Amino acid sequence: MNLPVIIKFVIDLLAVLLLALGIKGLSKVKSARDANRLAAFAMSLSVVGLLSYYLGTSGIAIQAWIWIIIGSIIGSLFGAILAKKVPMTSMPETVALFNGCGGMSSLLVALGVAIFPISGGQENFDFFKSLINEVSISVSIFVGAITFTGSIVAMAKLQGWLSTPGWTQSKARHFVNIVFAVASLIAFVDLINGNTGSIWLLVFVSSLLGIGVTLPIGGADMPVVISLLNSYSGIAAAAAGFVVDSQLLIVAGAMVGAAGLILTQVMCKGMNRSLVSVLFGGSLSSQSTASSGSGEYTNITSCSVEECALTLEAANKVIIVPGYGLAVAQAQHTLREVTKKLEQNGIEVVYAIHPVAGRMPGHMNVLLAEADVPYEQLKEMDVVNPDFPATDVVLVLGANDVVNPQAKNDSSSPLYGMPVLDVQEARTVFVIKRGMSAGYSGIKNDLFDLPNTSMVFGDAKKVLNDLIGELKDLGVGEK
Amino acid sequence: MSFISLLWVLLLGSLLGLELIGKVPPTLHTPLMSGANAISGITMLAALTLIVKAEGNLPLLMIGSVSLGFALFNVVGGFFVTDRMLAMFSRKPSNKK
Repeated sequence: MNLPVIIKFVIDLLAVLLLALGIKGLSKVKSARDANRLAAFAMSLSVVGLLSYYLGTSGIAIQAWIWIIIGSIIGSLFGAILAKKVPMTSMPETVALFNGCGGMSSLLVALGVAIFPISGGQENFDFFKSLINEVSISVSIFVGAITFTGSIVAMAKLQGWLSTPGWTQSKARHFVNIVFAVASLIAFVDLINGNTGSIWLLVFVSSLLGIGVTLPIGGADMPVVISLLNSYSGIAAAAAGFVVDSQLLIVAGAMVGAAGLILTQVMCKGMNRSLVSVLFGGSLSSQSTASSGSGEYTNITSCSVEECALTLEAANKVIIVPGYGLAVAQAQHTLREVTKKLEQNGIEVVYAIHPVAGRMPGHMNVLLAEADVPYEQLKEMDVVNPDFPATDVVLVLGANDVVNPQAKNDSSSPLYGMPVLDVQEARTVFVIKRGMSAGYSGIKNDLFDLPNTSMVFGDAKKVLNDLIGELKDLGVGEK
Repeated sequence: MSFISLLWVLLLGSLLGLELIGKVPPTLHTPLMSGANAISGITMLAALTLIVKAEGNLPLLMIGSVSLGFALFNVVGGFFVTDRMLAMFSRKPSNKK
């Protein structure tokens, strides 16, 4: 072994170690930020290791440097700008976009090697080696393409650019996807048999498969899908590692792939969904065909912002239940102003965070932290649930399914068994909502019918602004 | 590196990944996903290899460069966005007055 090889070996080993520590640290609140930086450092280290290895052995041509610099600058610049500019509310689609591009990168590497075999790859030609090459190229293209198109579809759906077409909820979609999958397999076998032209067929049908699988999935399940696609992009990276013979790539890819799978599982558990039903079940509403789901509301009480303010003023303890609607209305800052006023009046305010509140697990914590809500006031579901009976007022802001008592009481409901917040136990519940439309699940919410629930109709941000005005008139928080 | 030892690497890497995260507080699901996502941009190394080994083959250089761009978009954007999210958790309540 000569020096460059040894140096690269040591650097790679160090990089793997730091990446592992990074992922581990990211799963704890205290160490998360440093862990993220550690992982970023490990990534830069791996680049230094690779470049120094080539400098020490074959050398890097000027022309290669030029293309490296062009690619790096453009990619990094766009990545950094997007990461700085994007509002916190659209975090899920941003992660999906980044993820898709990672998949695209693996796809392009495999494609490049397939079309123009690089030196060292095909020269020492023996059957086993070339078979491995072909298999790893195919896997890299297959997974990379699915990751790319799947992530783009997920992003478009979260952005609202794409809705769920009706036909994708019928059984026909399984047939269509099976056709795509079989076609991919045919292209794959054809490719191994030496027919290089079928690589384009593979690219094409695996891209379609990525779209076909992601399109039918409802918005509520999108986070799980993004997490799964994230796991895929790790697998694609590992496959690309086989293509270019890099252990570091294989280890890091496998780590992300496996860790992503675990995270997907954890998320599914939090939403009381199984991975299989997320992937093949279509969106929730189509499952709950008119059974318990589509009952009529019989006992809706609606009230004005003024009444809401009066009740709030008289309260001792208020629990806020923020949800998706709050995130969409970007009303987290306005909400913070309201709660500040209440706190100044000596009212105890707590935020009840359902594990899947917002648009992604943990997303609501990020949004409220952005609005300067003290971390101690954010209570997780299991902690806050026993507190509801001793609570005067609950404000439900744009949350729906996560406060549906059906999940506890009605065993025929599709929501049955999902962990929910027991808001109905509180003395008074105000639900701030735009209209009577159903939540993600498309299921009627029994909470709205209860006598202690009042609906305040309107956009979350506007209602909260009005509420600030009313509270001001009542002299709340004027000190 | 022989194929078999690469398979070992794959196996051990996967096992390591499975063990790394056990219990994750829901608060960290999004940042963890985003951070892991940035790491999956490690394919940038494959793109770099492609460019270095292209030996003046222009189409291959271009494919490598585009691939590198996509990967770095993922890596740089992913780490920055994760840091932005995590910065909010570490900010002290009394900090901003």
